[in-house]
Amino acid sequence: MLALSGKKTGYHARRSLYGNIIVFGFIALLGAFSALPFVFAVITSLKPINELMEFPPRFSVTRPTFENYEELYRLATNMWVPLSRYIFNTVVVAVAGTVLHVFFASMAAYPLAKHRFPGKNVIFSVIVMALMFVPQVTFIPQFILMAELGLVNTFIALILPWIGASLGLFLMKQFIEQIPDALLEAARIDGASEFKTFFSIVLPNSMPAVLTIVIFQFINLWNYAPKELVFSESLKVFRMAMESIVASDPIARMGAGAAASVILMIPPIIVFIALQQKVVETMTFAGIKG
Amino acid sequence: MIKGIVRGFTKNKESYLLMAPYMAFFLVFTLFPVILSVILGFTYYNMIDPPRFIGWYNYVRLFLDDDIFLIALKNTLFFAFVTGPISYFLSFFVAWMINDLPRTLRSITTSLFYLPTVVGASVYPMWRLIFSPDEYGYLNGLLIRWGLVREPVAWLVDPNKILIILIIVQLWMSLGISFLAFVAGLQTIDKNLYEAGVMDGIKNRFQELWYITLPSMIPQLVFGAVMQIVVSFSVADISIQLAGFPSTEYAGETLVTHIMDYGTIRYEMGYASAMAVVVFLMMVFTNRIVSKLLHKVGA
Repeated sequence: MLALSGKKTGYHARRSLYGNIIVFGFIALLGAFSALPFVFAVITSLKPINELMEFPPRFSVTRPTFENYEELYRLATNMWVPLSRYIFNTVVVAVAGTVLHVFFASMAAYPLAKHRFPGKNVIFSVIVMALMFVPQVTFIPQFILMAELGLVNTFIALILPWIGASLGLFLMKQFIEQIPDALLEAARIDGASEFKTFFSIVLPNSMPAVLTIVIFQFINLWNYAPKELVFSESLKVFRMAMESIVASDPIARMGAGAAASVILMIPPIIVFIALQQKVVETMTFAGIKG
Repeated sequence: MIKGIVRGFTKNKESYLLMAPYMAFFLVFTLFPVILSVILGFTYYNMIDPPRFIGWYNYVRLFLDDDIFLIALKNTLFFAFVTGPISYFLSFFVAWMINDLPRTLRSITTSLFYLPTVVGASVYPMWRLIFSPDEYGYLNGLLIRWGLVREPVAWLVDPNKILIILIIVQLWMSLGISFLAFVAGLQTIDKNLYEAGVMDGIKNRFQELWYITLPSMIPQLVFGAVMQIVVSFSVADISIQLAGFPSTEYAGETLVTHIMDYGTIRYEMGYASAMAVVVFLMMVFTNRIVSKLLHKVGA
C-alpha cells in the first residue's frame, strides 16, 4: 500500500566517496552521542560500590555486579507505601490515559476526515493550533481547573488532561483521510450506521495510527510526574517513587539511582522499538497542509 | 435561522455524536485552560480569595519590574531561536542522510536517534554525574587527566556555564517527533520525480534537495516546525533536573520554570497566567512566521 520499499532507480543523484565518509562519520559520532547517557547508565548501574567511589572516575566497569539493583529493590520495598502500589498507580494512569485518548480521538477523527458538516474546518484548525498547547505549557490553568473541580490529588487529575490532547486526533485524522472512500461506501450500502462503519471499517484499517498514538501517549504518561497534581504518597506513580528514593541521598545512592534510570528507560524503549515501523508509516501522513 | 441550525444538526447528527466525547475533553481540558489563562492574566488570584481584576498590571510588572522574568525570557528566546533551528535542521539532515540506507539499518538508526526523546527524562541523573562540579565528575576527571584543566570546572553551578550545558543536553534530545515525520516524509517522495529532475538538468544532490525533495514534503516540514516550536518554548525539565530549581543566580531559568515558581510555589496564579499567555503568543506568532517561510521553499 505504501511506497516504503526503498526501491532505487538508477537516476538518483549520488554522493561522492569522500562525501559518504564525511557524512557517515558525522552520523556515527552523533549516534554515539545519542547513546552515551544510556550506555553510561547501564555501566554505572553495574558498578560495585568501590568502583563507583573510585578516583579519578572511570567510564568502564571491571567487576560488574547486580548489587545496585538489589539495593534499589531493598530500598523500594522498605518504603511505607509498598512498591506494588506505585506500579499499580502507574499502570492505571498510563493505561486509562492511553485507552481513553486513543478511543475518543479516533472516533472523533473519523467524521473530521470523511464527513462534510458545518464547522468542520474551524474545528480542525483549532485542533491544529492546539498542538502547541501541551500540558507542559498549560499546567497552571489546568491546575486551577483541577482545583476548582476538586480533583487535585486524585488519579483523575493525572489522566484528564491527556484524553483531550490534540496530537493523537491530528495523526488519526490524517491517517483516516487516506483510507479509500470505496471501502466506506461498501459498508454504507450494506446499511451500516456511521458508528458501525467506524468500528468495522475505519478502526481496523487505521491500526498503524492507533498503535502510534498508543506509543506517544504511553511514553508521555510514563514520563509524566507533575508534583503539583498529586502529593499523597499512596497516589504517586513509579517515576516519582524512584526519584524520591534517589533524591534523598544522591551520593550514596548513585548506583541505585543508575539502576532506577535503567529500569525507567526499559519499558518505553521496548514499546518504541517493537512498534517503530508503524510509527514511521503513520508519520507519512502527518503533514500540515495549508 | 434556529430551524436551519437544528436541521443542520439532525442531518449531521452522527458526525457530531462521534466527535462529542473527544470534543468535550478537548474543550474543557485543552482549550479552556488557555482561555482561562488569558482571563486570569488580567487578575490578581491566589486561589483563596476570588480573582480581582487589575487590568494590564501583570504585564506591566513582567516587563518593567521582574528582572528574573527578563532572564527567563532571554534564555527561552535563546533556546527557541538557537537550539530550535539547529535541532530542526539536524533532524532534517540526519533523516535525509539515513534515507538511502537499507531498510533494517534505517530502522535501527531511526530508533537510536529518537531514543533521547523517548527516555531522555529517565537519564537526566546521568548528565548530572557527567557534569558534576567536583573532580569526581566524569567530564572533569577526563579533562584533568588530559591536562586540559587544573581545577575541576563547576559546570552546573557556575552561572556562566549553566546555559551552555543545558543547550548541549537540549540538542542531545533534538531528534524528536519532527525527525520521525521527516524520515517518513522522505520515504514517500515519488521516485519518478528524481528521474524527471535529471532530465530537467538537476546536477547534484543539493539541487535535487531544493527543487524536488523539500517542495514535496512541505506539509511534513510545517508539522515538524510546530512540534519543534512546542519543544523549544517549553524547556523546563532539563533546567530543573540539571541546574536545580532555582538555578544559581537564575542562570538556567526559562519561562516555564518561572511560571512554575509563581504558579506552584508562590500561588500568584494571575501573574503565572499572564506569563503563560506570553508563551502562547510567542509560540503562535513564531508558528505563523515559520509556516510562511516554509511555503517559500523551492520557489
